[in-house]
Amino acid sequence: MTDIAVQQNVRVSRQFFSSLYELDEGERFKACLQCATCSGACPFGYLMEYPPGRLISYLRADLFDQVLKSDTIWLCVSCYACTQVCPSKIPVTAGLMTRVKEELLLAGNVPNELQDALMNTQRYGNPLGESPRKRADWTTGLDFEVPILAKSRQPVDVLWFVGDYPSYHPRIQGITKKVALLLNKLGINFGILGPEENSDGDSQRLAGENGLFESMAEKNGKTFSKYDFKEIITTDPHAYNAIKNEYPKLGIKYPVKHYTEFLAERIDALKPFLKGNGQLKVAYHDPCYLGRVNGVFDEPRALLTAIPGVELVEMSHHKTNSLCCGGGGGGMWLDGFQWEKGHVRMSEWRVKEAVAAGAEILAVACPYEPPRFEDATKTVAGAEKLLVKDIAELLVDAMK
Amino acid sequence: MNIVVIASLVPDLVEELEIGPNGTALDTAWLRMVINEFDDHAIEQAILLKEKNNAHVTVLAIDQDGIDEVLYTAAAKDANRLVKLVGEFEEGFNSHALARAFAEAIKDFAPDLILIGVQAHTNIDGAVGPLLASMLNMPYVGYISGVNLTDGAATIRKEYPGGLIGEMKVNLPAVLGIQASEQPPRYVAVSKVRQAMKTATIDEQDVAVLDQSGGLAVSRMFKPEVTGGATMITGSEDEIAAKLVDLFKEIGAL
Repeated sequence: MTDIAVQQNVRVSRQFFSSLYELDEGERFKACLQCATCSGACPFGYLMEYPPGRLISYLRADLFDQVLKSDTIWLCVSCYACTQVCPSKIPVTAGLMTRVKEELLLAGNVPNELQDALMNTQRYGNPLGESPRKRADWTTGLDFEVPILAKSRQPVDVLWFVGDYPSYHPRIQGITKKVALLLNKLGINFGILGPEENSDGDSQRLAGENGLFESMAEKNGKTFSKYDFKEIITTDPHAYNAIKNEYPKLGIKYPVKHYTEFLAERIDALKPFLKGNGQLKVAYHDPCYLGRVNGVFDEPRALLTAIPGVELVEMSHHKTNSLCCGGGGGGMWLDGFQWEKGHVRMSEWRVKEAVAAGAEILAVACPYEPPRFEDATKTVAGAEKLLVKDIAELLVDAMK
Repeated sequence: MNIVVIASLVPDLVEELEIGPNGTALDTAWLRMVINEFDDHAIEQAILLKEKNNAHVTVLAIDQDGIDEVLYTAAAKDANRLVKLVGEFEEGFNSHALARAFAEAIKDFAPDLILIGVQAHTNIDGAVGPLLASMLNMPYVGYISGVNLTDGAATIRKEYPGGLIGEMKVNLPAVLGIQASEQPPRYVAVSKVRQAMKTATIDEQDVAVLDQSGGLAVSRMFKPEVTGGATMITGSEDEIAAKLVDLFKEIGAL
């Protein structure tokens, strides 16, 4: 290698490293012990050419240009397992991994299937490529009205940020209807944005597309400011995380709760409706962005155990140590890529744990999960009878 | 090497299409426009050629609501020059009018190669590429999925039905109708497009008169109509032919 090339590589590494220092808690990158606990905790670390610990060592050795040639960073599902275990409290996920993805994205090193989701988000405000006009079509068939704020023009107590998959994905739409039913049953004065709602943008941000995230946040922020409401609730933990932790950095500040927190606050009002569905062994899967990232562990469990006959069993990975479904950080749009790299599916790993825990039902609280886990029950031997249900579905089922 | 790419917007089929009140065109009130997918491939092919041959890429488009974003996105992909044809286009334009407007503008660019999407679903009166080539007196080859530039010529891969590919050489300047670029159109980060909006400029050129002659007049636009079941005609070839003749006579076609 020529001296000029070496100097160039040194500059790339140092520029990137110093950009990390400017992030929240970025100074901590200097404190890396090279213990590699992060790489060991990473569910896909064994498939990455540069798992987080090695990435930092390459940065320190001024060899970042080599990292940029590898595409295995796209295996990162932004699940925060690495950040959770880091003894030096380095912001591995929010800082390092997301910034490396951003660099790859700017350099055009992006798997095609992820490009489609990003382009769809740019064009239609949702990664599924669906018509923005049809965002509230899921409300069809309900026997009560779900007010769309642009039409009702009435102040509400709760603005329900429905989210992308809850609005459009045929499997998740069923869950969305159950959430609506619960809100209706509890007599909540709520409304939705319908076609005015855009993707929360959080998973796109964690896939390195920060500009796209900002444009989504700006659009949503502008829409929020048009209406009169007291708080926001979300169906999707990613939307919850974005509105709670990321939107305020852009000056968009509203109180926000995940729907499981909101319902848990009203558990006494909910309980009289819950008649139960017989004896059920239920394992609860902590979504990364509800549990590990935002510390909501108890409320979903409280809702489940409020259902008569439910026995909660824990899987080997749970609470702060929970296992990602494989859909975070862009993983939702990288199934083919993940399979190509490792011939494994994280959702299958999780479903095996649910079976091992003796669960009859795998309960979830994130819209990424039901299709992923349901697919896995079809491919994992012994999981044929395992049912995947959102907490909202279990609550409504118990009302019959 | 001067490459000119032509891009236009077409109705996005993600939305339901409605027919306008006059019954001869789409209702534009709810139309969402999107870059013609084949034009997107043409832009990508031009950028790939620029990377390989150090070409100068001009992206040419006619003024449509949303076209600026398409042009800035092309700039973010490294196109050198952006040109937009402006004028009074309330009545829309057909392929003949587009080809005339582009042909007039292109003369000043001295292009070696013109790339355009092979078709657009708005091309009621034929694809723009061949019309443009005839007006410029250049050769045209369509359904192209690969271009290599050599001295004064291009080696091109043309797709034929049945999965056949023909490789041929065309002398430049020429117009190529792009079916697919050699790589899928690249994604550019929003931050790069925003940057391009600040740094790139769109040259505007006036189109004095939009000449739509040679096009077709739409007498009625309608959604597919449900009709009765089909009649299956059976028998030997001669019997089928005889039955068909009878049928044509019966419905007044003969």
